[in-house]
Amino acid sequence: MQQAKAQNLAAPRAARKRRRLTRDRVIGMLMIAPSVIAIAVFVYGFIGWTGYISFTNWNTLRPDYTLVGLQNYSTIFNSLRFQTDIRNTIVFTSFFLVGCLGLGLALALLVDARIKGEAIFRSIYLFPMAISFIVTGVAWSWIFTPGNFPQDATGLNLLLSNLGLDRLQSAWITDTRILPGVRLGGIKTRLGVPLAIIPVVVAATWQMSGFTMAMYLAGLRSIPDELREAARVDGASEWQVFRRITLPLLRPITLSAVIILGHISLKIFDLVLTMTNGGPGNATDVPGLFVYDITFNADKRAQGAAAAIVMLVLVAVLIVPYLINNTRSEEES
Amino acid sequence: MFHTRKWTLFATLLTLVAVILAACGAPADTGNTTASASPAASASAAASAAPESPAASASVAASASPEASMSPEASASAAASGAATAGGKLEIFSWWTNGGEADGLNAMFDIYKQQHAGVEIVNATVAGGAGTNAKAVLQTRLAGGQPPDTWQLHAGRETLSYVQAGQLEPLTAFFKEQGFDQVMPKLLLDQITIEGEIYTVPVNVHRSNMMWYNPKVFQDNNLQPPKTLDEFFTVAEALKAKGITPLAVGGKDGFEASHLFESVLLATFGPQDYTNLWTGDATAWADERVVTAIDTMARMLSYANEDRSARSWSEAAQLVLEGKAGMTIMGDWAEGYFLTQNAKPNVDFGYAPSPGTDGNFMWLSDSFGLAKGAPDRDNGLAWLAVAGSKEGQDAFNPKKGSIPARTDADKSLYDEYLQSSIAAFASNTLAPSAAHGAATTNAYQQAFHESLEVFSSDPTDTEGVLAALTEAVADLTR
Repeated sequence: MQQAKAQNLAAPRAARKRRRLTRDRVIGMLMIAPSVIAIAVFVYGFIGWTGYISFTNWNTLRPDYTLVGLQNYSTIFNSLRFQTDIRNTIVFTSFFLVGCLGLGLALALLVDARIKGEAIFRSIYLFPMAISFIVTGVAWSWIFTPGNFPQDATGLNLLLSNLGLDRLQSAWITDTRILPGVRLGGIKTRLGVPLAIIPVVVAATWQMSGFTMAMYLAGLRSIPDELREAARVDGASEWQVFRRITLPLLRPITLSAVIILGHISLKIFDLVLTMTNGGPGNATDVPGLFVYDITFNADKRAQGAAAAIVMLVLVAVLIVPYLINNTRSEEES
Repeated sequence: MFHTRKWTLFATLLTLVAVILAACGAPADTGNTTASASPAASASAAASAAPESPAASASVAASASPEASMSPEASASAAASGAATAGGKLEIFSWWTNGGEADGLNAMFDIYKQQHAGVEIVNATVAGGAGTNAKAVLQTRLAGGQPPDTWQLHAGRETLSYVQAGQLEPLTAFFKEQGFDQVMPKLLLDQITIEGEIYTVPVNVHRSNMMWYNPKVFQDNNLQPPKTLDEFFTVAEALKAKGITPLAVGGKDGFEASHLFESVLLATFGPQDYTNLWTGDATAWADERVVTAIDTMARMLSYANEDRSARSWSEAAQLVLEGKAGMTIMGDWAEGYFLTQNAKPNVDFGYAPSPGTDGNFMWLSDSFGLAKGAPDRDNGLAWLAVAGSKEGQDAFNPKKGSIPARTDADKSLYDEYLQSSIAAFASNTLAPSAAHGAATTNAYQQAFHESLEVFSSDPTDTEGVLAALTEAVADLTR
């Protein structure tokens, strides 16, 4: 009796195993094969090639595949500019993440408050995301171009002066100050927050906070009302409902948002190129600009490849734990 | 059954991989064949002996024959008529894609088409549709062994990396055949000679060491355009006292600070010692005058607009035009900008050599070279013949707003400023521009721009810029 049951169970499993290469499956595999191969070659193959180049001596127009170990990495990490770029990336990413998450959550909570014309507000906040970073960069560079203030102000400074708020005028994207700008040991760059990067963060936050809002809004809508109702019946205040129920249930959304926004900010190129072109000096320079400049303007292919690999590692540090976490929770469910 | 399917799958995957590899591999193969064919072609050009193939006889051999001893124009047309029968394509890479530059390039194309009716001109920059990306695309093609026939680059040391990579054919013999060496200044030819050979044909010449000022501002304040660096600081002080920004400087395009600095270097060193700075000799940079020049630069920046990192060179020039700033130091493409703003020379804007560089002409030049392994070598040579000819240069330069590299141009075609520039080019001492590739390689230019832009944001860091410039000397020889 029990044996029969076991056989009954085993039969479909064996059938499933045999079905693995039915016609449908073969056709399915053939269908995805071209894109799998294309991605294998043109994405992972070229990442591998870039990694290989970063260990060679190809720093002129003429390809030179002599292996030099980590020499290119030590060159870029010892250069003032790349150190500055790493500093800027850290500053930019942290400000950008905090700004987008904070603003996005706030907007989502407001829009979620069952207000009239919700769809209109939602669209307005989401709209900047539809614009390319190039356009954002050009437009915001006009806003944050200081002019020769106070006599001859332009952009935001002119606005402030018309409002009688001359005291708030600032050099914005041309500000060369770095706060606190300390020098530490053998590090060539001054550590701190370059003030010129703040306007760039503002522009990027303007563009991406609507997107964060949309993610949070979806998260808020997926929280069953019963949970909140139950808490309220138990006598929880609105703040407690938010703090103890809403926020914990939004955690997966926050994680996804951090991943998406984080990798955007680590790879950022176009916004900075059009808004400040890395200036003043290197105050707003980012690794993306460095890779382009070193590879195609200075013809130092191997150093550019090394910087590109450093960028890849930075992004991987952010994304790989997320992917692992994701697959694990998928398996669990 | 089971095995058959598995094998079918495996075989199909293998085929797909093979197809993709073949697709990627095929162009590279053709590239290799053309590349390996080139030594023979260049050998025949250099020897200018009896040609091995009828096609090769078209341009080089025709001009190498006895009638080449005639006037330059005659030999140019001889080469031209010879190539006319060749047909085929001329593929060219140029970033002159809009405005007067594009008009000028098209005017040269028209001349070429008249002489070579059968040849189809392919402008790869326009055809590719991405002018901004042109440089990266060009380098990829050069590295992949699929060069265009000819491409645009700065004459002078900028060609060095291409020469070292074996991507350009020497043109010294071609210069003699076309008579270019008779009509271009000897100093220019010396300065574009790389490792004993000339590799590119200069189409135009721009002047880097120019100062543009607002005549009305100067008149109102009883000032004369400064001739020396000392006079510059006197004038700057006077303007500052009146609340006018003395010097407009840009920075957004990345080269404005280094452009200003090369004029300061020229004023500090004089043309001969200045030129020696760019030979790759590190001891030249140990000279005390380098520090003097850096200090002078810092002092000049103290009279400049604070918002320079947000202004392009043209936005800095606009300050001068509006009378908000007194002077700016920029190459003579600034004149082209002023003209597009409907400004009149000597009324709305004035010009003089940058302070301390009177009698010196710091040049930069756009030029075309011949690719090693060019697919249509004869058409490429015929294009260079047009680009270097009096007719071609006089068609191109008035539209571009530059002067010809030849000294026999028809002056009447040029405007007031350009005529004065033509005269200065013929009589002044020539010095190559560092910021624009006449004296420097791509790698050095990048380091030069970067270090000076950092200095412009923090003019107190004189040691930092000196260290960066000294370190960059290694980039001058590769």
